[in-house]
Amino acid sequence: MFETAFTPITALIGGVLIGLSAVLFMALHGRIAGATGILAGILMPNSLHERLTRGLFLLGMITAPLAYLLVTGAMPAVQVPVSAGFMVASGVLVGIGVTLANGCTSGHGVCGMARLSLRSIAATMTFMIVTFATVFVLRHVLGA
Amino acid sequence: MKLISTFLIGLLFGAGIVISGMGNPAKVLNFFDIAGSWDPSLIFVMGGALITTFIGYRLVLARPRPVFESKFSVPSNTTIDARLIGGSAIFGLGWGIAGFCPGGALPVMGTGRWEVLLFVGALIVGIVGTRIAVKALSAPQARSA
Repeated sequence: MFETAFTPITALIGGVLIGLSAVLFMALHGRIAGATGILAGILMPNSLHERLTRGLFLLGMITAPLAYLLVTGAMPAVQVPVSAGFMVASGVLVGIGVTLANGCTSGHGVCGMARLSLRSIAATMTFMIVTFATVFVLRHVLGA
Repeated sequence: MKLISTFLIGLLFGAGIVISGMGNPAKVLNFFDIAGSWDPSLIFVMGGALITTFIGYRLVLARPRPVFESKFSVPSNTTIDARLIGGSAIFGLGWGIAGFCPGGALPVMGTGRWEVLLFVGALIVGIVGTRIAVKALSAPQARSA
């Protein structure tokens, strides 16, 4: 387990940038900027054009740590407090969940909530509560 | 312009993720650990993103159409069913195990860290497997024909 510092300023700046990205994607391309939709659109696209545009979005995302390195001189911190087995189990569960729910933190939690979509509000409340519960059980009941 | 803008919007999204700390699983898990090593930073990430998007969408969606497309593609589905709630619960379970959501993990693939690539590989298996299973279950006649 890692202690992490409370960083409200960079958290707020980062959050605003995520929001600006969502607003620009809607203003220019008319679409919801959800990470699930971006990845699914590359893996199983409806058209070649969809795969190309989502692929460029993903390429932009992946370029961000390198841009961060150029500006700050260091890669962004990625601290992984769980085992490789947990990473795989988590990845599969997240993949199943976001596909069934048609969205994740960005699609439902940011874009959908900003549209005041009841569907997205229900989805976000559900995954937030379950995530809180999962972390509590793993860390304080099972002691993982 | 259209394609370059998509890349730049993705870069903006990724920058937001790495600056905010959403790409750091330890930070995300600590947000959810109120009883332990609590780090409330994520409230500011979600708050900043939500307020910006809420105001921005009001301005953008009042326009007749997006710049590069003929119409806005906003989801019209309003059903709150077992699939939505069950899927969100499974997502929450997975998120609580490792602290990566798709939007947090995809940008930090750029760090080249093997743990991130392992997670995204498993994420892809989950997404593609579920898509195939849903398609097979929803159209059994079409598959046997």
